Amino acid sequence: MALLSFERKYRVRGGTLIGGDLFDFWVGPFYVGFFGVTTAISAILGTALIFYAASLGPTWNPWLINIAPPDLEYGLALAPLREGGFWQIITICAIVAFTSWALREVEICRKLGMGYHVPFAYGFAIFAYVSLVVIRPLMLGAWGHGFPYGIFSHLDWVSNTGYQYLHFHYNPAHMLAVSFFFMTGGALAFHGALVLSSVNPGKGQEVKSPEYEDAFFRDSIGYSVGTLGIHRLGLLLALSAGFWSAICIIISGPFWTRGWPEWWTWWLNLPIWS
Amino acid sequence: MQYQNIFTQVQLRGPLEAGPPVPPSTFDRGNLATYNYWIGKLGNAQIGPFYLGTLGVASLVCAFLAIEIIGLNMWASVNWDPIQFVRQLPWLALEPPGPEWGFTLAVPLAEGGWWQMAGFFMSASLILFWLRTYRRAKTMGMGTHVAWAFAAGIFLILVLGFVRPLLMGSWAEAVPFGIFPHLDWTAAFSIRYGNLFYNPFHCLSIVFLYGSTLLFAMHGATILAVGRYGGEREIEQITDRGTASERAALFWRWTMGFNATMESIHRWAWWFAVLCPITGGIGILLTGTVVDNWYLWAVLHSFAPDYPSTGVLDPATLPGAPR
Repeated sequence: MALLSFERKYRVRGGTLIGGDLFDFWVGPFYVGFFGVTTAISAILGTALIFYAASLGPTWNPWLINIAPPDLEYGLALAPLREGGFWQIITICAIVAFTSWALREVEICRKLGMGYHVPFAYGFAIFAYVSLVVIRPLMLGAWGHGFPYGIFSHLDWVSNTGYQYLHFHYNPAHMLAVSFFFMTGGALAFHGALVLSSVNPGKGQEVKSPEYEDAFFRDSIGYSVGTLGIHRLGLLLALSAGFWSAICIIISGPFWTRGWPEWWTWWLNLPIWS
Repeated sequence: MQYQNIFTQVQLRGPLEAGPPVPPSTFDRGNLATYNYWIGKLGNAQIGPFYLGTLGVASLVCAFLAIEIIGLNMWASVNWDPIQFVRQLPWLALEPPGPEWGFTLAVPLAEGGWWQMAGFFMSASLILFWLRTYRRAKTMGMGTHVAWAFAAGIFLILVLGFVRPLLMGSWAEAVPFGIFPHLDWTAAFSIRYGNLFYNPFHCLSIVFLYGSTLLFAMHGATILAVGRYGGEREIEQITDRGTASERAALFWRWTMGFNATMESIHRWAWWFAVLCPITGGIGILLTGTVVDNWYLWAVLHSFAPDYPSTGVLDPATLPGAPR
């Protein structure tokens, strides 16, 4: 595959965490590295197992393929392959693949002389996934509490798990997570739009400088967070969304077993009212 | 640990930025502005100046009226008891007219008319603010991308509170004002129409919501990571590519085999964020008007499993059940 015009001068040796120069090469546009190899092995194995487990199931309809975790009766034990064992091995493959991918990003950061913000941020996504399929099942004592791998089956799981706590919108951590998701979406819309509006000002207009971006937001709402600040703010909002999502499911079951609307009675019973 | 550009370490103080000159109008840009040290840790330290403008005043008046109507109705619902108002605030609601009123334009105030008025003023406030962002961009010679992104959000709000109730012929379909009440509405809406997770446009909307969060995490992190090369000066990097752009692009090319450019990442961002309320709004518009039960619709279109009948009669199919 063709290199970008400026790419050759960046393709230098070094920056690896492990393996020295052994895996320090590219395949097409992809950097490999030691963690590229572990990513590839675990991702290919996991994907192959998904296809194999699907082939044993009742359907090839991609919306309906479902690879379920073991029944609750297996607790935290290993289950036979066809009774949740596939789900367990696929989960291990996924965690190895995600972690390897993050470490491969670290190597690429080192090679390019960049900060580690991207792998750090990706870590939050891994944490959210691990919360769902490892941390919460461990705390509840059965792998069967993990979510099933399938397009609509995992949505059914979300529905059922939500209604198990009567009304999940009342989960305070879920409230925070949803608010952060919406705020991130809004901030992303405005950031993307502001940059585009400066560099695409319309026919006959000159490209505008960040002074105009700042003035536009100060005029509109009284504050402009600035070119550097918006990226800190966006990253903070996005990571908060992922973090509180993980928290909202970890506390459901291990720390609160009743309906979430009931949780709010502490507010009604505060001593200041009586 | 090297400096990772999480906080601003040195803050400059000088004359406050007034912003580029704009043509004179009835309201001039104010000159009230100040520095805030702690806000300066994350972003710009300067707060203000603010431009009020005719549309801004009109928008603020409408927003004030809407909030006032909602708040006073909630307060009235606890017999004007200030303590109970605070105590029960998250549960208090201003509900839309009941189904017996259909889509009557002027319902008596206590029967939902206040809700109609609050909705009207909230919508007016949003639309006036939209005009303000559009006109401000034009005045300053910028593109109108912010206004159109904002319009996508307003579209979803109008769909929920006006267009769908209009199509259904009943204000009772609209969302109530209130913290927990609007969450109750959301859950009840999903259950009433057979689980919104089976609504393909809801799926798309969620994909764009999560996608937006993923994109902002990726983009924000990438720019901070190349901050030492001046990556946050995006307009400069777009018009005259520098090493920050090159490294940012190569990072993603080497990671996932594909990269955006400094300009195109903002187009990805804009579209993902804007499509979230647009696809969501389409999903709302189809619910109850075109599709009555998303689960059954999904079974019909072979993307949900069909469960065997339980033999229990659905009370909604019995004679005398409300239609």
